[in-house]
Amino acid sequence: MNFTLKADHQKYKRANRDGYIAAMLELMKDDPSVVHIDCDLMGCINAGKLAAKYPERTFNAGIAEQNAMAAAGGMAATGMKVFVHSFAAFASRRDFDQAFLAAGYSRVPVHVIGSDPGVTAAFNGATHMPFEDGGLYMSIPNAIVLDSCDYVQTYSLTKKCAAQPEITYMRLIRKGFKTIYEDGADFEIGKGAVLREGSDVTIIASGIMLDEALKAQEILEGKGISAKVIDMFTWKPIDEELIVKSAEETGCIVTAENHQVGCGLGSAVANVLVKKKPVPMEMIGIQNRFGQVGDQDFLMKEYNLLADDIVKAAERAISRK
Amino acid sequence: MERSMTAELTKEKLHDLRVFAEEIRLETLKIIRSRGFGHVGGSMSLADLMAVLYGEVMHIDPSNPRMKDRDWFVLSKGHGGPVMYATLGLKGYYPVSDAYQLNRPGTRFPSHTDRSLTPGVELTTGSLGQGISEAVGAALGFKTQGTGNHVYVCIGDGESDEGEVWEAAQFAAHYKLDNLTCFVDNNRYQLDGPVSEVMSHGKGIGAKFDAEGWHVIDVRDGNDVAQIYAAAAEALETKGVPTCVILNTIKGKGATFAEPVSAHSSQPTEEEWAEAVAAEEARLAAVRKA
Repeated sequence: MNFTLKADHQKYKRANRDGYIAAMLELMKDDPSVVHIDCDLMGCINAGKLAAKYPERTFNAGIAEQNAMAAAGGMAATGMKVFVHSFAAFASRRDFDQAFLAAGYSRVPVHVIGSDPGVTAAFNGATHMPFEDGGLYMSIPNAIVLDSCDYVQTYSLTKKCAAQPEITYMRLIRKGFKTIYEDGADFEIGKGAVLREGSDVTIIASGIMLDEALKAQEILEGKGISAKVIDMFTWKPIDEELIVKSAEETGCIVTAENHQVGCGLGSAVANVLVKKKPVPMEMIGIQNRFGQVGDQDFLMKEYNLLADDIVKAAERAISRK
Repeated sequence: MERSMTAELTKEKLHDLRVFAEEIRLETLKIIRSRGFGHVGGSMSLADLMAVLYGEVMHIDPSNPRMKDRDWFVLSKGHGGPVMYATLGLKGYYPVSDAYQLNRPGTRFPSHTDRSLTPGVELTTGSLGQGISEAVGAALGFKTQGTGNHVYVCIGDGESDEGEVWEAAQFAAHYKLDNLTCFVDNNRYQLDGPVSEVMSHGKGIGAKFDAEGWHVIDVRDGNDVAQIYAAAAEALETKGVPTCVILNTIKGKGATFAEPVSAHSSQPTEEEWAEAVAAEEARLAAVRKA
C-alpha cells in the first residue's frame, strides 16, 4: 500500500466512475479474459468507452439483473474475469440469490460494481437507495466487500479486484466527489489506510464518509482532541490487526458509513472489538431507516452523516472511557 | 472445433442408446435407493436425454473432465442430480458406486448438482431459473473466446415459472447463441401438482421460446432416444439462433412407485423399492435382447 493524501483535497472533483473506466480500459487491453456486463446503465458510468474500444467484450444484459448476474457466473466458469455493473440497489437486492450461488458459492471470478450507494442515490430516492448492499455481500462467505472513496482509489481497487479468483463487490460513487488521494496511490485489499495519527479517539470511515471524517478530525483538533483517522475501504475481510491496535492506542472508536450500521462497517468493526479489545464505540451511519429522495446535502443532514455528527460521537465515546 | 452429427443413427447405435438409457434408469433408482428417498420423478424422466447426450452427441472425455474443448451439460433443474450422477458414473467419470453416497454427510453427490463437488458437473444449480442463465453466460463466454464448445442445458416445465428463465431466453437470442441448446423436460408435473393447475404457461413453453426468437423443436415422445437424437442433430445444424427442444416426457418414467402418480420426490417402502428395481432390471434385460 502506498498513498499520499491530496492537500486541499476538498477543492478537487473527479468522478469515481471514470476511475473504474480508466482501470477497465487498461485491464481489457492487457487481458483478453476481462469483460464488462451492464444492465442498461452503461450511460451512467460511461461504459460506452469500453464498448467503443472493446465491443466484443462489453455486453448489455438489458434491465434483467438476475440473468446478468447468473450469466456472469457461467461466463466466469469458462475462464473469463467478469465485471458486472448496476445501481447498488439492484446489484445487491435484486439479484442476491444469483450473486450468492452462481458467483459466490460457485467460486468464480465475478466482480460486482454497485453504483450510487446509500445517499449518493439522491434524486433517485428510496427505491434506488441501498443502505444494506454491503451487508448483503458481506453475508456471502467468500466475498470481498469494498467501499471506494475517490477516483484514485477506485482505479486502484478495480485492478486489485481483477486479480481476485472469487467474488468481489465494490460500492462505487458514480458522480463527482472530492478527491482524497494523490494520483498513483496503490491500495491493498484487507488493509486499512491510516490517514491521520491520533491518541484520543479513532475514526474509522470509508466512501463518502471519509471527507466528513477528515473534517471532524480538524474540528476535534481545534477542541484539543487528537483523532486518528482510518480509511477502512475493505469492509470484508476487515483489518482486525489495525482495529485492535487503534483501540489499544486511543481507547475508543467511532465508525462512519453511508450504510446501515447494523450490517455494515460499524457492525464489522464491533465484531472485532467485542472479541479482541472491547472499548467504547459509537456508530455514525443509517440507524435502521429506509432511504428517501433529496439532494445529497439534505440527506447527509437527515441521516446524521456530517462531520459534526462524527465530532459529537467522538466526544461521547471519549466520555465513556 | 465445429461440431457435426450424422442425421440418423445406425440400428446398432440406436440399440446401444436404448440399453444405455435403461442402465441409467437402473443406476438412478439404485443411487436414490441408497439413501431411501429423493427426487425420483424428475430424474427418471431424463434418462433418455442423458443417454443420447452422453452416449452419442457431446464431445467429452470422461478421463479428462476438464478437457478444454469439451461440450458442457448444465442440469438447470438441479434436483435431477441422481440421473446425472448415474450417467457420469456409467461413463467412467468415477466408479458409479461412488454415487451411492448421495446426500451422505460430506458427500461429493449432493441432491442438487454442484460444480465444486462432482467431476463432470460444470455449473452449480438448484435455485431454479439460475442454471439456464449460467448456461447462456457460458455459451457467450465460449463465443467470445472463439472456442467451439457447445452448451446443453436442461430446464423443467415447473422451473419455467421462474421469470429468470425468460430473461435468459431473451439474452441468448439477442446474442445469437447458436452454441446453446436448451431441452425442456416437459413432464407436466411440479411439486404441488399438474403444471396446468399450479401455474400454467399460456400458449405453451415452446411458444414462449419461439416468441423470444429461438428455433423450437417439439419432440412428441421425449423418452424416445431416436427422436431426441434427431432433435439434437437439428439443433446443431441451426445457425444464428439458439434452439429449444421440448421433450414431452413422463415424470418418474420406469419407477413403478413414482410413474403412476407423477411424484416429485418419493420415499417408498423397501418392498416398493425392490419391486421397482426388479422391474427395471427386467426392462434392461429385455432391451439388451431386442
